[in-house]
Amino acid sequence: MLKIFKYSFYDVLRSRWTIIYFLFFFISTLSLLYLSNNLSKAITSLMNIILTIIPLISMIFGVMHYYNSRDFIDLLLSQPVKRKEVFIGQYLGLSISLAAGFLLGILIPFLFYGLSVSVDVWNFAVLAAAGVFLTFIFVALSFFISLLNDDKIKGFGIAILTWLYLAVLYDGMILLVFVSFNEYPLETPALIFTLLNPIDLSRVMVLLQLDISALMGYTGAVFNKFFGTTGGMVLSMASMLIWIILLLIGINKVSSKKDF
Amino acid sequence: MKYYLIFLFIALQQGLNLAATIVVCKTCPVSAIAHAVQLAKNGDEIIIKPGTYKERGILIDKSVRVTGENYPVIDGENLGEVINIIADSVLVQNIVIQNVGSSYLQDRAGIRITRSKHCILNGNKLKNTFFGIYLAHSDSCVIRNNEVQGIPDKESNTGNAIHLWYCRNNLIEGNRLSGHRDGIYFEFVEHSKIYGNTSSDQIRYGLHFMFSHHCDYFRNKFSGNGAGVAVMYSHDISMHENLFSDNWSPVSNGALLKDISDSRIYKNVFEQNTIGLYAEGCHRIEIANNDFIKNGWAVKILGTSENNKFIENNFIANTFEVVTNESRSHNLFEKNFWSDYSGYDLDKDGIGDVPHRPVKLFTYIVENIPPAIILLKSLFIDLLNLAEKVAPVITPETLTDTKPLMKQVQW
Repeated sequence: MLKIFKYSFYDVLRSRWTIIYFLFFFISTLSLLYLSNNLSKAITSLMNIILTIIPLISMIFGVMHYYNSRDFIDLLLSQPVKRKEVFIGQYLGLSISLAAGFLLGILIPFLFYGLSVSVDVWNFAVLAAAGVFLTFIFVALSFFISLLNDDKIKGFGIAILTWLYLAVLYDGMILLVFVSFNEYPLETPALIFTLLNPIDLSRVMVLLQLDISALMGYTGAVFNKFFGTTGGMVLSMASMLIWIILLLIGINKVSSKKDF
Repeated sequence: MKYYLIFLFIALQQGLNLAATIVVCKTCPVSAIAHAVQLAKNGDEIIIKPGTYKERGILIDKSVRVTGENYPVIDGENLGEVINIIADSVLVQNIVIQNVGSSYLQDRAGIRITRSKHCILNGNKLKNTFFGIYLAHSDSCVIRNNEVQGIPDKESNTGNAIHLWYCRNNLIEGNRLSGHRDGIYFEFVEHSKIYGNTSSDQIRYGLHFMFSHHCDYFRNKFSGNGAGVAVMYSHDISMHENLFSDNWSPVSNGALLKDISDSRIYKNVFEQNTIGLYAEGCHRIEIANNDFIKNGWAVKILGTSENNKFIENNFIANTFEVVTNESRSHNLFEKNFWSDYSGYDLDKDGIGDVPHRPVKLFTYIVENIPPAIILLKSLFIDLLNLAEKVAPVITPETLTDTKPLMKQVQW
């Protein structure tokens, strides 16, 4: 598995895309810091970019990577290697290289602007952790989707739709629920909805770290209370991890049964 | 001889009025301030030499001038009130008063003035007094350049720095207040001026007044207070050139106006508050030439407010500009500068050709469904705001600035 991981990791690193991915985060972080000159503000704007771009790119890149290395996978599968190892190795190679590109891309500008002396270290850590988690979740999701669909176009379509659903439509659905059940106390449902969607969860966790959380009033206080406790922290971590684990189990199951 | 008698007569009469000076110090014949007040007659001067005097319950019932030399300290030892003034024209200056001790039964104060006129408190320092300066039923008093510093505890067992109750024609000027429940508290006070004070880091409000009509508040600084400034149930109020800043918590407002009418608010700066200006049940207020900078919500105006005018204000870099809970607005917004404005000015007259809508769809949704705030900064919300901006359906049609300025107002 280590060998497959290594091969896949280097393969992705060598491709132009990771460099572009890295440069994208590097340049956008640098320009945001340069323009706002305030770490907290930069983190808010960066959060918007991260929450949209990371899931989207991870998804597209995952699907692309799978379909492109389909021949290689077929070759590997004819060797005496476990199917599980082939796919998990590929998965880890891709997601770790993407996560590395993202982390370096935002870390270097922040270090350059003096993150080490700032009180925003913790905010930055939450943002970085959210980005890494999102990378792992959405790469897994893309592998799962492309394993289920041999048709490239269909795979791409479903991947984009899934992204659209989690990044945009899900919030619309929440809003619809809020509008319909306005008479009821909605804080707990809001909390549950947030925990279920990794993008929303990342957004709320980052926002609660920032000054802007003061705007969130009573609901914000409920959220703060929840995420302030160890239990809440563990639960939100667990929610992210469960996404990854469930998807990996899914990949494993589908790949072991699939007729290649 | 005749002249001599007349001179004597005048001298005697003068002698009655001539102010004597009583000196209080540790080694003097008079070593206690209360004793000095007992000896004094109307118009006398009491000079307190430096030192620490452990006294409390000093009742000033004559028109005397009490002056401290090099800030003598009167220590109440946490057992009760220190100075209680019940005479007219009393002057107390340059004294340090400390440790009154909190009480759940009485409103203990460092200096209390009751039913008196023309009293002056000047340059005193009050430390750890439960209530700092407490005026009740007193008119035409001046409270100037005092420093009132408390040790904040809970809201229930911390008093107010300057507290006025049923007073008229008072001047509160140049005081520095911190660490109390409310910095300046007015209730049933009329025709008074609050000028050049600094009130910061109070547990609750920097300035709090109720049922206080015809008052003037200007050039004060209110910052870092638990809930900002609250003005309630009053009319004919003038607030100008004040700074409301850094009131940043889920319950903070720069200035909260409740049931205020026929008032003027101009040339104030509202900076970095959760809500810059909050208005509820307010009528006929003119809000002009103010700066709203980097607030969470610059202005929150609820539907019960009518006929207010927002003219030539600057709205710069606020997260939300205006929020209201009504679908129709009865307030006028005109010729303001909005940093969020994205229109153009083809005829170059300095006024944007497209009206500006300061109420975003999301602010409207949040106002009606508060938990929806968890969608803050979500991509969906951004798209929704954009859609509403292009074709407004839900946000108040009438709450628009038809003449948005292209450049900041200079005032």
